[in-house]
Amino acid sequence: MSKYSVIGTRVRRVDGPEKVTGSAEYTFDIVLPGMLYGKILRSPHPHARILSIDTSQAEKLVGVKAVITGKDTLGRKQGIWRRFPELCDEEILCREKVRYIGDPVAAVAAIDEDTAEEALDLIEVEYEPLPAVFDPMEAIKEDAPQVHDGVELNINVNRHIEWGDVDEAFKQCDYIREDQFKCSSQAHVCMETHDAVASFGYDGKLTIWTSTQSSYYIQALAADMLGLREGDIRVIKPPTGGGFGSKFELDSAQFCAALLSMKLCKPVKIVLSREEEFTATKRRTPMYYFLKLGARKDGTMLAKEVRVLTEGGAYTSMGATALYLTGFFSSFPYKYPNYRFDGYRAYTNTAPTSAMRGFGAPQSTFVGESQIDMMAEDLGIDPIEIRRINGMTPDYEVPGQAHIQSCGLHQCLNKIDEHIKERGKLPPNHGIGVSAYGFMSGGIFNWFDTPYAFSAAIVRINIDGKVDLFTGACDIGQGSDTTLSMICAEELGVHLDDIRIHAADTGICPADLGAWGSRETLMNGNAVKMAAADAKRQLLEFAAAKMGPNIVYDFDIKDQWIHLADRPERGISYFDIVKEAIRGKDGEAIIGRGHYTPHRKGMISPAYSFGVQAVEVAVDTETGRYKLVNVTTAHESGTVINPVGIEGQLEGAIMMAGGYGFCEDQPMDEGKILNPSIADYKLIRSLDMPETKILEVETYEPEGPFGAKEAGEGLTNPTAGAIGNAVYKAVGVRINDLPITPEKVFRALREKEQQGK
Amino acid sequence: MKEGLTLTVNGQPYELYIKPKTLLVEVLRDHLGLTGAKRGCNSSSCGACTVILNGMAVKSCSVLALQADGGEVLTAEGLAVGNKLHPLQEAFLDHGAYQCGFCTSGMLMSSKALLDENPSPTREQIKEGIDGNICRCTGYNSIIRALTAVVNGEYKEAK
Repeated sequence: MSKYSVIGTRVRRVDGPEKVTGSAEYTFDIVLPGMLYGKILRSPHPHARILSIDTSQAEKLVGVKAVITGKDTLGRKQGIWRRFPELCDEEILCREKVRYIGDPVAAVAAIDEDTAEEALDLIEVEYEPLPAVFDPMEAIKEDAPQVHDGVELNINVNRHIEWGDVDEAFKQCDYIREDQFKCSSQAHVCMETHDAVASFGYDGKLTIWTSTQSSYYIQALAADMLGLREGDIRVIKPPTGGGFGSKFELDSAQFCAALLSMKLCKPVKIVLSREEEFTATKRRTPMYYFLKLGARKDGTMLAKEVRVLTEGGAYTSMGATALYLTGFFSSFPYKYPNYRFDGYRAYTNTAPTSAMRGFGAPQSTFVGESQIDMMAEDLGIDPIEIRRINGMTPDYEVPGQAHIQSCGLHQCLNKIDEHIKERGKLPPNHGIGVSAYGFMSGGIFNWFDTPYAFSAAIVRINIDGKVDLFTGACDIGQGSDTTLSMICAEELGVHLDDIRIHAADTGICPADLGAWGSRETLMNGNAVKMAAADAKRQLLEFAAAKMGPNIVYDFDIKDQWIHLADRPERGISYFDIVKEAIRGKDGEAIIGRGHYTPHRKGMISPAYSFGVQAVEVAVDTETGRYKLVNVTTAHESGTVINPVGIEGQLEGAIMMAGGYGFCEDQPMDEGKILNPSIADYKLIRSLDMPETKILEVETYEPEGPFGAKEAGEGLTNPTAGAIGNAVYKAVGVRINDLPITPEKVFRALREKEQQGK
Repeated sequence: MKEGLTLTVNGQPYELYIKPKTLLVEVLRDHLGLTGAKRGCNSSSCGACTVILNGMAVKSCSVLALQADGGEVLTAEGLAVGNKLHPLQEAFLDHGAYQCGFCTSGMLMSSKALLDENPSPTREQIKEGIDGNICRCTGYNSIIRALTAVVNGEYKEAK
């Protein structure tokens, strides 16, 4: 029997009933009395100077209430790397220059969307088109157009990570490979597009309802951009239709709705169209990768050198973090004794690139896992075996970077090895490729420069025993409301339906950095567990006073029963103690507080999850088309809090990461994204979805709540690499640039035929 | 210029006056306050606005409301009977067949239309039945499991 009564059980999500009955109210559904509708005018040019903007005709249109341009702003620039002012480079409403097709230049509020749309056509913007640069390889040349003034060679950020003596180590290697790869972009395609309802009152206070991954970030960034105090802004996150990394910066819908509302003292709603969502929100960072890998004959990898150039697009965004993380995760999940990463992010006149599920690691895992398979083949070593020889183990120190505590990589390798052997001989043109991966449970870095704890929670026990849990964690669909409620119920010894969660409302919840970097389960989970333990301790004090046992006895609560830990039959009802405790505290509800900020956990993350994935493909050699037949994943994420949640994260990650490897792409012409619609942007649909299988591997993470760690983004890392390796196993062609489309496979097969002749 | 529209939605008859270009999804959301059907793309590509019109699953962003004149519409809000959830809703809850939930109303209606037409579909037919609905969160397999459970009679119809 499990030692837990709530965690690890299969429960219905706490937000389930409203979501399956159509009654959940998303930002998209909010209508307030007197609400106006906003639309945003965007640049048609990839790079141009704004000579003038004439809004007079638009203002005259009946039904238009306000038009704003960059002149109505404070002229500030926002960025999420607040510690580095030079990286706060996005005005949102451009004043002098536009830097990509989609950069906002004006916004309108009107009585309805049609009128607002019509008004956009009446705004006259005179542009002076400037030479533009689209490819980062071109952007770093001496004579390239300057995307931002004064930025040498358009280099926005560079990052260097190094340990050991790489040059010396390469001399010791029996075998060295050098390979180049190209990783493509990807759109988040949240089902709910970016949207916001902003309401500024005559009292000088602003409320923003918005689809976001971090209500606290939006509050802080909006305060700076609008010249308000943080406390005068309340950000509320209603149910949110997906985020995947696209929704934790201040965006054009939030900023323009707020600014328009401040001008009018009326609520203003802005919903981005699907086309805007594709062209004018952030996207996954495309990367050029140059890898050098050296090994001994026996398969021990001695040195790795990584050079990366990323396409930044027009602004810094979270792209600087993606650069850093792709650099760190290029070493994963292996014990390189010598390692060097040099990464550069170049500004270009394309839509800004930023965070997307996996945050740089899907790119590094695709290239790294492709190359290690090539290395294994060169050395005549089995792909699983080379990963065993070099794979990380528990209590491993990444020199100067990170301390890995729990690590179940080798168990995962064993499980996948068994799976492949069980599958036996494959039909012709089928292949199974493997890919090993790891990921962080939240980032330690604080480029946002928050003075708050990274996570915090408050637990309030009321007279009827019901528990209010207040947390800034953002449930964007991944299920943090349920997972955190489960942690709270387990620690307090009550039932899941005793908990009522209040989340992501800056007016009532403590600050939390939000849902990104796979941080909520570990970081917010720890804060919730601490808050629940604090409340529990207060109850147990009353229980001890009431029962008066020998001082040596400890108390515990389980299943709403407060009892002697070693004599569970001797106890008292949780509900009775709650009533008496509140009475005894002069009527004050029991309040527990908790917070979490990682300390002494290295530079990156307090904990890391690991896994190995095997993808089976079937290739049609005539056409290059191939099918994802089966995806089997051995994944370890410490103690599983919410098993239904993990299954959903895994299968959903396969849809998204499979799409990254298989079909999703954003082709451009002169900075213009050519497929900005769901009809043209190819996603994995139900008919393309492969069979999926999970192989459980148990670990326990000492730093996590009840031993838990991340299970969100890591699962997005392996699939593209495993697909590439599977296609190679199936038909012997290696594709080094994503996505691995049938067309590329077809061409490679023809080329191989030609060479064979 | 407005025109008259008669529509029965979730068993309730309505008489409305609307602009001829008004879409069915706009009538449901903006006129009747039934916001379960979402607009994810406005180009009938994502399926978030799926409702059942005269027994057929349709994308309500691609149907003019006047085309539905005299018709019967069922939306996600109409699936439950009183305070009893529909078997599909129960199955979605148990199998975690939704995450962000934005596609869920549409997914439920495509599922219902599928099972109404074919109460015992194969796995492949289930996949075909929901192929017009995009879910960016779940990877579809939990939805397929939920439907399979309903097909296998694991959930009883509410009366």
